[in-house]
Amino acid sequence: MKSSKEIFEILKDEFGDKILELKEDIPVDPYIIVTPDSTEKIARFLHDSSDLQFDSLMVLSGVDDNNPVKTKNEDGTESLSGGTLSVYYHLYSIPLNHKIVIRAVTEKENPMVQSVESVWKTADWHEREAFDMVGIRFENHPDLTRILLPYDWDESSFPLRKDYKNPEFYQGMKIPY
Amino acid sequence: MSIKTEHMVLNMGPQHPSTHGVLRLELELNGELIVNVKPHIGYLHRCFEKHAEAMTYPQIIPYTDRIDYLASISNNFGYAVTVEKLMGIQVPERVEYIRVIFGELQRIASHLVAIGTYGLDIGAFTPFLYCFRDREKILSLFEMTCGARLLYNYIWVGGLSHDIHPEFVRLTREFLNYFRPQVEEVNQLLSYNKIFIERTANIGILPAETAINFGMTGPNLRGSGVKFDLRRNDPYSIYDRFDFDIPVGDGRMGTVGDCWDRYFVRVLEIEQSIRIIEQALDQIPEGDVSSAIPKRIKPPVGSVYGRVENPRGELGYFLISDGGLNPFRLKVRGPSFVSLSVMGELCKGHLIADVIAILGSIDIVLGEVDR
Amino acid sequence: MGILDKEFSDSNIIITNFDNLMNWARLSSLWQLGFGLACCAIEMMATSASHYDFDRFGVIPRNTPRQADIIIISGTVTLKMALRIKRLYEQIADPKYIISMGSCSNCGGPYWEHGYHVLKGVDRVIPVDVYVPGCPPRPEALLEGLLKLQEKIRNESSVKKTA
Repeated sequence: MKSSKEIFEILKDEFGDKILELKEDIPVDPYIIVTPDSTEKIARFLHDSSDLQFDSLMVLSGVDDNNPVKTKNEDGTESLSGGTLSVYYHLYSIPLNHKIVIRAVTEKENPMVQSVESVWKTADWHEREAFDMVGIRFENHPDLTRILLPYDWDESSFPLRKDYKNPEFYQGMKIPY
Repeated sequence: MSIKTEHMVLNMGPQHPSTHGVLRLELELNGELIVNVKPHIGYLHRCFEKHAEAMTYPQIIPYTDRIDYLASISNNFGYAVTVEKLMGIQVPERVEYIRVIFGELQRIASHLVAIGTYGLDIGAFTPFLYCFRDREKILSLFEMTCGARLLYNYIWVGGLSHDIHPEFVRLTREFLNYFRPQVEEVNQLLSYNKIFIERTANIGILPAETAINFGMTGPNLRGSGVKFDLRRNDPYSIYDRFDFDIPVGDGRMGTVGDCWDRYFVRVLEIEQSIRIIEQALDQIPEGDVSSAIPKRIKPPVGSVYGRVENPRGELGYFLISDGGLNPFRLKVRGPSFVSLSVMGELCKGHLIADVIAILGSIDIVLGEVDR
Repeated sequence: MGILDKEFSDSNIIITNFDNLMNWARLSSLWQLGFGLACCAIEMMATSASHYDFDRFGVIPRNTPRQADIIIISGTVTLKMALRIKRLYEQIADPKYIISMGSCSNCGGPYWEHGYHVLKGVDRVIPVDVYVPGCPPRPEALLEGLLKLQEKIRNESSVKKTA
């Protein structure tokens, strides 16, 4: 059983600047922030390393961090742009009984995170859901299509983004009450 | 001479009596053999996570009921445990005991539906009627306490909506005494039925390693022989005080991890739940059930992942709070959602008729798959 | 009530009018499309099971729309599902009846405000005969809804348009 601090040290030794930060100051679960372009390698290491043995991915969640940058337009109005999306990986090791949370932060403009589907097969559907709901694209995912919403849902509309606007109609059916 | 052959694609669902709701399976067939199964889900996507972001913490509880409508209490339980973990609330002893009793009664009720409908899928109608008869008795115990038959809104953050009825303990004991022999009846009707064994043993074998890699939990994982139960391995509430066994699949009728094992783990779990309820009924203390309910639920900034053992497996809530009155993000990890993703792997090489047996054995609830 | 107007003494022949006979036949064996959507489907199952016994009203689950008479829309209708429900409805031979069971299929239920993927009432895609309120309705409520539907069928006429 290892604490988050120890896991962070192990990862830092192995991957160096790909591991950004250990966030411990807010309750309850501490998490490790990593860069989105190396999640597959990190996941592979977490899964295979004999000290860690994270054999189960409990949940993978896509989150809109809701931190857009305000910019003043020439005519005095404000417009929001930028911001980040995050992917949280909750890992658990059944043999060693320890947990860790990994967070990968990516730009909202072109959200791209490496897929961990090759490490944990369960990530397949979780990643599709994160794509469907928040619009995060996963590199090397075998079949990144919508999963819960219909396949012909508006391509740029992701319901769990904080700036989501509900469409009026879908296939001739009125959506609002 | 070679004959040109090609695979046939067969559509199953969303309206199909054995898909346990609105699930569509796209079956790719080579003659009678399954080449691939692709589940299409989302026909019951009710936007729970969006609702959670717009509601205050107590308002979310009725929505959690509707995620997995066969195990509402367990969903309330998981949500309450998660929020309490973030807020650091210690709930009174009596509340913990009542929660455990209800959680286990709910597990029995849910497993009865799983067993009954599994028989129905395979072609045995009678066990369904027997199981629903006994389930009604559990529902009337719930109804007596909180007035609802199916969706209870009973476990609140920090407490319960009502105390139990004064007669509840006596009637529950009465029910348990009545119910214990009925489990044997289910075994005689279904578990050791020759036809049932022929249909389920050695079908849909799920090796332990694959099961863990696919994130399977609950009876599906234990059916593969892995002794892992959150009530024991990562105890929440007061489960560490009770004495109970964790049944695992042993390949008695075929191979470890086949449909029969997954099914039979549920039957054995019913017996263990009875044991837990009996112990809890003996130990339940007096006290107030609403003293720890906060006036205003406003957790601090932070994130938490809480998980409980739902009848179908690990039910997790990932909650991010920004310090406001509604959650910033509430993601639900539904055990059925994860279990269903293994369908393609399990069905390969089996016959069409086995798809039904396999789907029934992983016991999904579509409300939880789609949320 | 009943179809009997006149009975001859040797009790082999009864005289009634055509409408009464047809309506009686229709309302006494309403085969239901075996089709559950959400939470209410569990209550619908409980209604069909041993305790409440839907069979005594002639309601038997039939798994193909071509041989069914009523659909009980038992649960939340999502946008993805709505078109499938419409198609199922179109596949049922006339006369066909719809019971909308539960708040969700009546009007969207608890999902009326933020449900971006929920159809706010199944009557936006298919016509409904009887609405059963509740979230979920108790089996007794569903039985009452069925009795209401039977009453409606009893008063139908083959020449006059009803609705």
